[in-house]
Amino acid sequence: MTGSFAIGFAAPVSASTSKDSTLIAVCSLEDVPIAGARVIERPQHPDGNVALFRTAENRVFAVLDRCPHKGGPLSQGIVYGDRVACPLHNWSIELGNGAAVAPDVGCARTFPVNVERGIVFVALG
Amino acid sequence: MNARVPINRPKLVVVGNGMAGMRTVEELLKLAPDAYDIAVFGSEPHPNYNRILLSPVLAGEQTIDEIILNSHEWYTKNGIALHAGRTVTGIDRARRIVATDDGIAAPYDRLLLATGSSPFILPIPGNDLPGVITYRDIADTQTMIAAAREHRHAVVIGGGLLGLEAANGLKLRGMDVTVVHLMPWLMERQLDRTAAQMLQQSLEAKGLAFRLEAKTEALIEGESGRVASVRLASGETLAADLVVMAVGIRPNVALAKSAGLYCDRGIVVNDTLQTFDPRVYAIGECVAHRGLTYGLVAPLFEMAKVCANHLAGYGIGRYAGSHVSTKLKVTGVDLFSAGDFTGGTDTEEIVLADPAGGVYKKLVIRDDKLVGGVLYGDTADGAWYFKLVRDGRSIAEIRDRLMFGEANLGDTGHQGQSRALAMADDAEVCGCNGVCKGTIVKGIKEQGLFTLDDVRKHTKASSSCGSCTGLVEQLLMATAGGDYSAPAKLKPLCGCTDRNHQQVRDAIREEHLLSIPATMRFLEWRTPNGCATCRPALNYYLLSTWPKEATDDPQSRFINERAHANIQKDGTYSVIPRMWGGETNSSELRRIADVVDKYQIRTVKVTGGQRIDLLGVKKADLPAVWADLGMPSGHAYAKALRTVKTCVGSEWCRFGTQDSTTMGQDLERALWRMYAPHKVKLAVSGCPRNCAESGIKDVGVIGVESGWEIYVAGNGGIKTEVAQFLVKVKTRDEVLEYSGAFLQLYREEGWYLERTVHYIARVGLDHVKRKVLDDADNRRVLWERLQFTLDGEPDPWHDMAKARIDTRQFEALALA
Repeated sequence: MTGSFAIGFAAPVSASTSKDSTLIAVCSLEDVPIAGARVIERPQHPDGNVALFRTAENRVFAVLDRCPHKGGPLSQGIVYGDRVACPLHNWSIELGNGAAVAPDVGCARTFPVNVERGIVFVALG
Repeated sequence: MNARVPINRPKLVVVGNGMAGMRTVEELLKLAPDAYDIAVFGSEPHPNYNRILLSPVLAGEQTIDEIILNSHEWYTKNGIALHAGRTVTGIDRARRIVATDDGIAAPYDRLLLATGSSPFILPIPGNDLPGVITYRDIADTQTMIAAAREHRHAVVIGGGLLGLEAANGLKLRGMDVTVVHLMPWLMERQLDRTAAQMLQQSLEAKGLAFRLEAKTEALIEGESGRVASVRLASGETLAADLVVMAVGIRPNVALAKSAGLYCDRGIVVNDTLQTFDPRVYAIGECVAHRGLTYGLVAPLFEMAKVCANHLAGYGIGRYAGSHVSTKLKVTGVDLFSAGDFTGGTDTEEIVLADPAGGVYKKLVIRDDKLVGGVLYGDTADGAWYFKLVRDGRSIAEIRDRLMFGEANLGDTGHQGQSRALAMADDAEVCGCNGVCKGTIVKGIKEQGLFTLDDVRKHTKASSSCGSCTGLVEQLLMATAGGDYSAPAKLKPLCGCTDRNHQQVRDAIREEHLLSIPATMRFLEWRTPNGCATCRPALNYYLLSTWPKEATDDPQSRFINERAHANIQKDGTYSVIPRMWGGETNSSELRRIADVVDKYQIRTVKVTGGQRIDLLGVKKADLPAVWADLGMPSGHAYAKALRTVKTCVGSEWCRFGTQDSTTMGQDLERALWRMYAPHKVKLAVSGCPRNCAESGIKDVGVIGVESGWEIYVAGNGGIKTEVAQFLVKVKTRDEVLEYSGAFLQLYREEGWYLERTVHYIARVGLDHVKRKVLDDADNRRVLWERLQFTLDGEPDPWHDMAKARIDTRQFEALALA
């Protein structure tokens, strides 16, 4: 139904209020498993790591690796459509905007992503 | 709703703003929110409300506002044009236009008729007098409430469900009420004579009067022009300032008939809820489906799901008719009936009667299946019996305990409570998610939850371990009005499909499907790549049906089976080295101790399965931990063989009769790497003292002097289930063959996430005995198939390449 086969589709530009939204190259697209994720490590950052998702339709999203429910690592969940199911309590999170799928309520922060010539760029802010 | 909505969408007109029509619209909006411009016509001036709850309103237990299901804002928000208070009087099918009594003409591309039914009015003199009403809608309810304020005497004609609820409400509002009923006992369509008499007694104790086998002859006008009395055929005259006729309903077919649509008792529809004009759908009380009409809400909701699916253009799903159950909503009277409760020459009955204690239960059985029943005084197990009726499963195994109800409302997590109604609002129903009764009841009332799934999604109750499902179903029955929409027999695997587990299994086998995409294509999945519920199930079905042919899809496995370790709440993992049969040695223990030191593992815990659990391992450390341990890491978290517990047996124990440790190790070595529908636990004890607790395992083996006894389908979890005796054998090889054959049968026939105890409850132990005991060839073939499956399966901890483990998951991406 999505009908999108565009490789390198960018996540919607988030309404990030961050001062620094420079895109940084983090890996090549092929480094991220299809219908899977990789963890971008941020050991010093108070919010912790960022999960980089690649869907079965080759769309790429970056979401804070913490479920809004109980902080579960979203990067470890099952990816389906443009969503991920948290491995701890099975909340579903929309990768595009980080929002929990109703009736659950909550939101994980998302980060702008761009894929150019097979390289994934993320603005971690 | 948003800017992408096409301008020229097809038009859907819904005639009837009641529960059936609006449920269909709600289901449609869920599937295809932007598919139609929707217009709804309803004769009543109100938005859609819960008609079932009119009786509590009449009884003063709820208000009209509380029973509104869809507010005016809901219609606006969803872009639906609501024409409340307008009656559709004609349909021009050639021009595809409906016309109303006040001159509106609305064009349609699809038309949905949900015109409901009308109360039957007795053709007797005086039936049109002021003060003579039926009981169907909010206006009738308000008339009754008003009459109760000014008048004294009420007569209700009709001792069925609706009549009794009306009588009860009027009595509670202070009227003297007499119920006149034509038949020899009350609610004859739902109750047998005994239950009806008990009901009558308890209603008489509440102050209601009855005239049975009484025919109403005429309604007599008083001096004020209002009805004053009711004359019966016996000559008796009953004073009556208010007469409520509740003698049955008739499907509203006049509109459909005038449009030339084929009708008999109702508007005739096929299994996709289409009338003889394929553009015109019909649903609810107005339809006749396979010759039956329905007047309860659960079947209407089942129809709504199917109808919405077809309106949305998916074209999946058929409505195949419904089983119905009834619950009388009179506070203080517990009454439940379902299915065929009268029985006949080909049925048997189990009856429990305690008239003094006010309890009566009758269960009707045909061909080892529960086909119906009546419960009076104690209806706690109504939902369970109804489920047995719908599922049509054999009750031969539980026949001796059937009458005593579903003890497995759950043993743990809610203090052993089993009567939802007796619980306080702040009592915990769901121990996993901390959900109280009050929260569930509030959700059911305020958000219009009607199904177990709805309650699970919105409140989380019963969504984890499921042990409180029975309690939640009781709350649904009590709150939503008794005939809530119970999960149908053919419950779809998930929201991505209408197929159930069995249909998916069958298709994979019959069509030789070998991959998840191929299965989804063949079975017309609604989502591009499934969801977190269906993908793991499909992956398992493919691997268990076509070993060595289907390829594993790690991305469709839960993280524990993808990372081969057990995720913890803080995102670290636990590792449980496999110690065969629970036996270890100094060199293994030394390696474990070194690993604990080297990787600073915080907690070391001895498990219930006789293993050592290392908790708090960082994901990045997992491969190194495994390599240093040099032991397989135990599938201690997977839907697979977990552990084989053993006692020390005859090698050491002065009571031991058999070498249970070696037997357990042999079993574990033969069965490890075996994925299954759910986790599988084994135990081997060396004597009947049973120190390895074989009695609560999926397969429990107990050594006796003359051989081994094999027990199956035990469970030590949420609900403790004692394993059932399968067979006694003599040799070690027989233990392996019989246990392996049973497990292979379960692997091939079980539904994903179905433990052996539930699998056997579904198929019956006799079925297993036929396949594994009676048929020696089949047993050998099953055992061979399992060995074929496991042969050459890699050790995922030490042969990652062959096990196709994506090692990228252990390496984080670092920022420069």
